[in-house]
Amino acid sequence: MARRTTTTHAVVSTGAAWLVGLIIFFPILWMILASFKTELEAFATPPSFLFFEWTTENYGIVQERSDYMHHAMNSLTIAGGSVLIAMLFAIPAAYAMAFAPTERTRGTLLWMLSTKMMPPVGVLVPIYLVFRDLGLLDTRTGLIIVLCLGNLPIVIWMLFTYFKEIPKDILEAARMDGATILKELAFVLTPMAVPGIASTLLLNFILAWNEAFWTLNLSTSNAAPLTVFIASYSSPEGLFWAKLSAASTLAIAPILILGWFSQKQLVRGLTFGAVK
Amino acid sequence: MGSITLDGVRKTFGSVNVIPNVNLEIDDGSFVVFVGPSGCGKSTLLRLIAGLEDISDGRILIDGRDVTNVPPAKRGLSMVFQSYALYPHMSVRGNIGFGLKMAGLPKAEIDRKVEGAASILNLTPYLDRKPRELSGGQRQRVAIGRAIVREPEGFLFDEPLSNLDAALRVNMRLEIAKLQKDLATTAVYVTHDQVEAMTMADKIVVLNAGNVEQYGTPLELYERPANLFVAGFIGSPRMNFIGGRIASAHGAATIGIRPEHLRVAREEGGQGEGWSGVISVAEHLGSDTFLYVDAGEAGTLTARVIGELGLNEGGRVTLKPDPAHIHRFDQTGKAIRP
Amino acid sequence: MSTRQTRVLGRVLTAPSVGLLFVWMIVPLAMTIYFSTLRYNLLNPGTEDFIGLENYVYFLTDPAFLASLRNTLVLVGSVLLITVVLGTGVALLIDQPIFGRNIVRLLVIAPFFVMPTVSALVWKNLLMHPVSGLFAWIATSLGLRPIDWFAEMPLFSIILIVSWQWLPFASLILLTALQSLDEEQKEAAEMDGAKAFSTFFYITLPHLARPITVVILIETIFLLTVFAEIFVTTGGGPGLQTTNIAFLIYSQALIQYDVGGASAGGLVAVVLANIVAMFLVRMVGKNLET
Repeated sequence: MARRTTTTHAVVSTGAAWLVGLIIFFPILWMILASFKTELEAFATPPSFLFFEWTTENYGIVQERSDYMHHAMNSLTIAGGSVLIAMLFAIPAAYAMAFAPTERTRGTLLWMLSTKMMPPVGVLVPIYLVFRDLGLLDTRTGLIIVLCLGNLPIVIWMLFTYFKEIPKDILEAARMDGATILKELAFVLTPMAVPGIASTLLLNFILAWNEAFWTLNLSTSNAAPLTVFIASYSSPEGLFWAKLSAASTLAIAPILILGWFSQKQLVRGLTFGAVK
Repeated sequence: MGSITLDGVRKTFGSVNVIPNVNLEIDDGSFVVFVGPSGCGKSTLLRLIAGLEDISDGRILIDGRDVTNVPPAKRGLSMVFQSYALYPHMSVRGNIGFGLKMAGLPKAEIDRKVEGAASILNLTPYLDRKPRELSGGQRQRVAIGRAIVREPEGFLFDEPLSNLDAALRVNMRLEIAKLQKDLATTAVYVTHDQVEAMTMADKIVVLNAGNVEQYGTPLELYERPANLFVAGFIGSPRMNFIGGRIASAHGAATIGIRPEHLRVAREEGGQGEGWSGVISVAEHLGSDTFLYVDAGEAGTLTARVIGELGLNEGGRVTLKPDPAHIHRFDQTGKAIRP
Repeated sequence: MSTRQTRVLGRVLTAPSVGLLFVWMIVPLAMTIYFSTLRYNLLNPGTEDFIGLENYVYFLTDPAFLASLRNTLVLVGSVLLITVVLGTGVALLIDQPIFGRNIVRLLVIAPFFVMPTVSALVWKNLLMHPVSGLFAWIATSLGLRPIDWFAEMPLFSIILIVSWQWLPFASLILLTALQSLDEEQKEAAEMDGAKAFSTFFYITLPHLARPITVVILIETIFLLTVFAEIFVTTGGGPGLQTTNIAFLIYSQALIQYDVGGASAGGLVAVVLANIVAMFLVRMVGKNLET
């Protein structure tokens, strides 16, 4: 930005931008504040903004309830497992489509994308029944399978767009240098693609962590990740706002931090490369 | 030990016939340049030789061995890419030594060979830098280093100089030519720049739409172009072509005269054949002057004059062709030889 | 780069993914189609009969379908309008030369990373609660009557929450697009005497047309199936006021256990989504050189 700007312009737009930013962020901030209040204060009118007795007891209670850790572990296992498995399938596929395209590659890619567009409700019934019959309801395995398949198209697409940016020449040079396919993948492609692979992992981990259709419908307690655990606070008689806030803060904090790191890739990943 | 033979090589992409049928014999130790306009198939032909693409039909022999189905690395060739294709995450040392490492050479030997290649190419001070820390010319040298260190039977160059600026290009041209002579290794070099082709090649292959239009030494191509295409492609400024009545008088459909074979006279008429006209543009280069002359029936002719004649736009001149250097072509464009 | 070897290799490497996705797409879809022609209720097992298109007739003529279709369209349309308009504004604002742009961008993008159940409950309890919510306090302080959001304007409440979740997405994509706008183009317009206003209309907005389309299409795909936000706040009510198609099908399947009816509804949802998907796939495909 080497454009001339007046100081007034800069001050006004800085003020406006910060105001807008804070308004958008406010619900999260408010939730974090509430998590440090007592239940009574969290519910009090008029609300207290900063001058309340700060307490971490909610976090203590949430941590003590072993089921919070249980659900957090479920989230970690399900999101992590589904993404890692998707990567195992996606890396070879994206490699092949980026570097050895055939006449059908384009069609295959678009078809994969279209599977992502099928609304989950369209297949809720059969998936539910199949899972019931196979004993996969409320199991982490079941959720890993569903989320892995659900995210596979995005994983392949993201990797594909990253791999496409690696010049073919370099892989051909490696081939002229006598590298076999495996050595080419290990010594040339992977080191060059590490940033792309990492951000694909990150974004899809976030998507899987926050997924709230299949997790709500296919799990109840044993395999329930944090999305489902938090939803259990929705019962009308539950007025545990401070604890809800503490549990929510814990549930979103790691993702918020990961997400902030991956915001550039987010645009690319979610628009399938249509906006960079 | 490094002759390359193309025997009836054909390449189709889908229904497009990129290389209809090429037969070519590249002698051991010679420097052969493929030249032609963009899209003529010269790069494809090089990649077929490299093994980066399959041929649809025919055979490729290197040193008498049929390598048609041999993977690229086992053909004993190395390649310098237009983009250099250096491995960005490896140092110069790693880049040059990668092929040797893949071949499983012991580390000490790799180091020795890499350092040898680096000293030939003046890269010794840069051995531990990454490609992004090098200038364009240095990257080019690394790419060449990677090619020579494997002591291949042949080098393949795919427009290696097109990303360099003009001064550097002349420099590298000389260096590559000298290096190839020193190593006495067969080289196949692709370019669209006919100056590169003329200055570097032992033999030139002029390609057009996947066909070999002519294969010969630079001077053969210049003095005895086989057809209109070669005549028009080789030589700068371009050869003048004249058709119609004037050509018929020479017993040809078209005649061609290079700009340097037109004598420029200020006076009208005089002895022998000549076309008078008005100078529309005069380009003064100091050492030469190029005149573009509207010469009536003969069309617009380009003439090249050594030095300065003090001629300018609007001046009237007569252009007299050197009879010994009139090229004649028949209806199909083929050269008519006496 | 294609030799016989690389092509064969390519097929081998792609096959597992293609196979998995094919099974994932075709098998459940085929089952949905099959179930949709049956009278099939999980509460009365063993009474499945083939009834042709009766489930469709029933589903499409059910007043609940029309209500939920209307709710779906209002929800999708409103959220799109809000996020695109506000998102353009936010993107333009952050694109200005401001101090601390990176921090502002972090604040703006944050809601996107909040899981749907959390954002729905935080809004419902901490902000929109008619007695103890922050909005109620603001209203009372201003001497107004606090709004009982989920009772008085339930659908709008959902729209508000979902818009908050998707505003970051629109803002971030439009900001990315803005930053790729050639600075020289704007300078050329300035040299041509264009004022800020006309620069926006003649240079910036046309440049944003494509990213805006992308935002609309992608958001539509996700918004058509908004579920968790309704599930944890209103449960589709009061009445059918916040039931969208996704929620309707869910309640038919897993509350009323009407497998046949839910399957017919599911297929209707698939058809609706495919209409949007067709546009998006075409758009992305145009951008794709392989």
